[in-house]
Amino acid sequence: MAATTAGPASAATPTRPVNRARRRQQGWWLPYALLAPAVVLELIIHVVPMLTGIYMSFLKLTKFFISNWSAAPFAGLHNYQLAFDFNAAIGHALLQSFLITCAYSAIVVGVAWVLGMAAAVVLQRSFRGRAAFRTLFLVPYALPVYAGVITWNFMLQRDTGVVNHVLVDNLGLLNNKPFWLIGSNAFVSLLVVAIWRMWPFAFLMLMAGLQSVPNDVYEASAVDGARAFRQWRSITVPMVRPVNVVLVLVMFLWVFNDFNTPYVLFGTAQPPAGDLISFHIYNASFLTWNFGLGSAMSVLLLLFLLLVTGIYLAVVNRRSQRA
Amino acid sequence: MKTRVLTATVAVTALLLGVTAACSSGSSSSSSSSAKPAGDVTLNYWASNQGTSLDNDKQVLTPVLDAFTKETGTKVKMEVIGWSDLQTRIQTAVTSGQGPDVVNIGNTWAVSLQATGAFMPFGTAEMKTIGGADKFVKTALETGGKKGSDLTSVPVYGLAYGMYYNKAMFAAAGLQPPTTWEEMVTDAKALTDPAKKQYGFALAAGSYTENNHFAFITSAQNGADVFDAKGNPTFTQDGVVDGIMRYLDLMQTDKVVNPANAQYDNGSFAVTDFATGKVAMILNQNNADATIASNGMTSDKYGVVAFPAPKGAKTDVASHVAGINLSIFKNTKYKDQSLAFVKYMTSPAVQEQLGKPFASLPVLKAGKAVFTDNAAEAKTFTDIYNNRAKPLPLVPAEDQYETTVGKAMNGLFATIATGGTVTRDNVKAAMKTAQEQVAASVG
Repeated sequence: MAATTAGPASAATPTRPVNRARRRQQGWWLPYALLAPAVVLELIIHVVPMLTGIYMSFLKLTKFFISNWSAAPFAGLHNYQLAFDFNAAIGHALLQSFLITCAYSAIVVGVAWVLGMAAAVVLQRSFRGRAAFRTLFLVPYALPVYAGVITWNFMLQRDTGVVNHVLVDNLGLLNNKPFWLIGSNAFVSLLVVAIWRMWPFAFLMLMAGLQSVPNDVYEASAVDGARAFRQWRSITVPMVRPVNVVLVLVMFLWVFNDFNTPYVLFGTAQPPAGDLISFHIYNASFLTWNFGLGSAMSVLLLLFLLLVTGIYLAVVNRRSQRA
Repeated sequence: MKTRVLTATVAVTALLLGVTAACSSGSSSSSSSSAKPAGDVTLNYWASNQGTSLDNDKQVLTPVLDAFTKETGTKVKMEVIGWSDLQTRIQTAVTSGQGPDVVNIGNTWAVSLQATGAFMPFGTAEMKTIGGADKFVKTALETGGKKGSDLTSVPVYGLAYGMYYNKAMFAAAGLQPPTTWEEMVTDAKALTDPAKKQYGFALAAGSYTENNHFAFITSAQNGADVFDAKGNPTFTQDGVVDGIMRYLDLMQTDKVVNPANAQYDNGSFAVTDFATGKVAMILNQNNADATIASNGMTSDKYGVVAFPAPKGAKTDVASHVAGINLSIFKNTKYKDQSLAFVKYMTSPAVQEQLGKPFASLPVLKAGKAVFTDNAAEAKTFTDIYNNRAKPLPLVPAEDQYETTVGKAMNGLFATIATGGTVTRDNVKAAMKTAQEQVAASVG
């Protein structure tokens, strides 16, 4: 309030010699005022919980102190030691989960990107029914996560699911009905469901990016004798690069942190092959009530993602500066 | 630039202070208004799933709660919560301090939840208010908390495991109900015919809550405990590993369990298989009756015997002291009304009223088993509950035993079902992992 009254007051005294620099500052507060709600909410929703989480990771916050956090004794780096002791059960399981998540992220982001790119390129040229395809392809992304994934859960049941019905009963490709939700096949199921959910997003972003590529560039290259693949490699990919940079990063962060897909797909009976890191941390915190250890794992995850994001952006920016 | 940053920081701080001030004034005004209820008290009550479905629970409990409101003027807002969510919901409530007034808990969690300090201890005065400790069956009451402390929960529904068998299938094969583990396996083999999709047994092999119970019972039969006297886990000792191996072998070596059961993450799948004649036997708590009946199998078509121990076993433990307890959150604003509600729920009339639909055993000394019209079944379960049931360890880490060992067994069953082999060493390694997890969060 003080700031707003100060503005008109200084404006109302024209007899004073006018300072140019000062006059430029009129309304200086407006950007801050407009940003303030976002900053405040960001602090409340993200920064404060994050700091609380970091603080918790140094506490021995087990069930004995859960109803009164302030009484939890300081644990120093003990929680981190547990997480990093790869020879012991907890560290070993965390490492395993981390590796599974890395493989999962690489495959999901890669395949989703390829599918999204292919569909976006195909649908770039206008033809009859293009709008229908565009809408159809967005369905997995538009469906609520729970509804989509629980349907996969039904489809992947061993005895009653439609997947085994098609593979075994109809096509006769396999003799025995395989399990899809337990054992090592669970990883494949998880990949399929995650790609199904993620690729429409890649498609949507790339389709938007392709709109900005002018048609005459393609025409000019066609005159020079460029075929479709060469056009894609030399025109499409470089032109949608800004979109790609953001798209890959965002997809990686989402997929790496994916909690909903394994949680809904496997329920309480999650198989080791589908033990993604967010889910693993949730279990470490909630199943054993060891919130200090869970927080330590979360902090490590945060540091890892910050590191990856930092390196990625540094590499990408350096390249774009060079170009 | 510097002044800009500075002013921005000041502005944001001012705003933040404004927001927090608004928050705190808001909450203080609301709490002051609710501190003086205008005659109308509404208790929040979380009920566990005891009937055939969450809806069924609601239907059964609503008239009971309405009668309470009529009697005392206290309204009760009920929410029925499934077993897969209940523990997490309670944890969240404990952590945030935003919970219901009264809650149903699995009685095996009682000591673990007591350790959080979030629940009201039933001291002498409180116990007297709800009708005295003497009214409860002793073994049932003992599950309510750590020995020698003020309990933080009291029993409301009693349950015990029994082995259900299909009378017609046994008669057709000329078999008698088994009295030892060996007989049970022989019978199950005789009744298994994978070609006809018929199996001797159905197990909830993907349910960690069921699996850990059988790890405990089979270990107890071998004379082994899963915790030592100091409350430290002892999952890797021979008796425990052998007990788990014996249970896993029902699917692995004896092949009397359909491998598909590795996906049964809920006891009701196995019960449905039994009620529809796909399997000859199930191991279940007596609340299976409600589900069996709802699938159209009447109580004269099946018999129940105690879950048999191997020949020459160290003990003939056939069940843990299963059941549901009632707890009151310490920070309830309505302690008196909550106590009155607990008293009401554990009164003889309500116990008798709920005994049938929830198929529960009486937790009151004066109570009669009304859950079945099959007198032999009632007698068997009452005998198991009173004489052959052992309480799960009354130590704070008990709930972690359930999750870690139970989930490890889910994984072992999955390995068997997908064509792998589980050796004794595998079981021991899995138990070592579980033990380290529990030790890390207790020690």
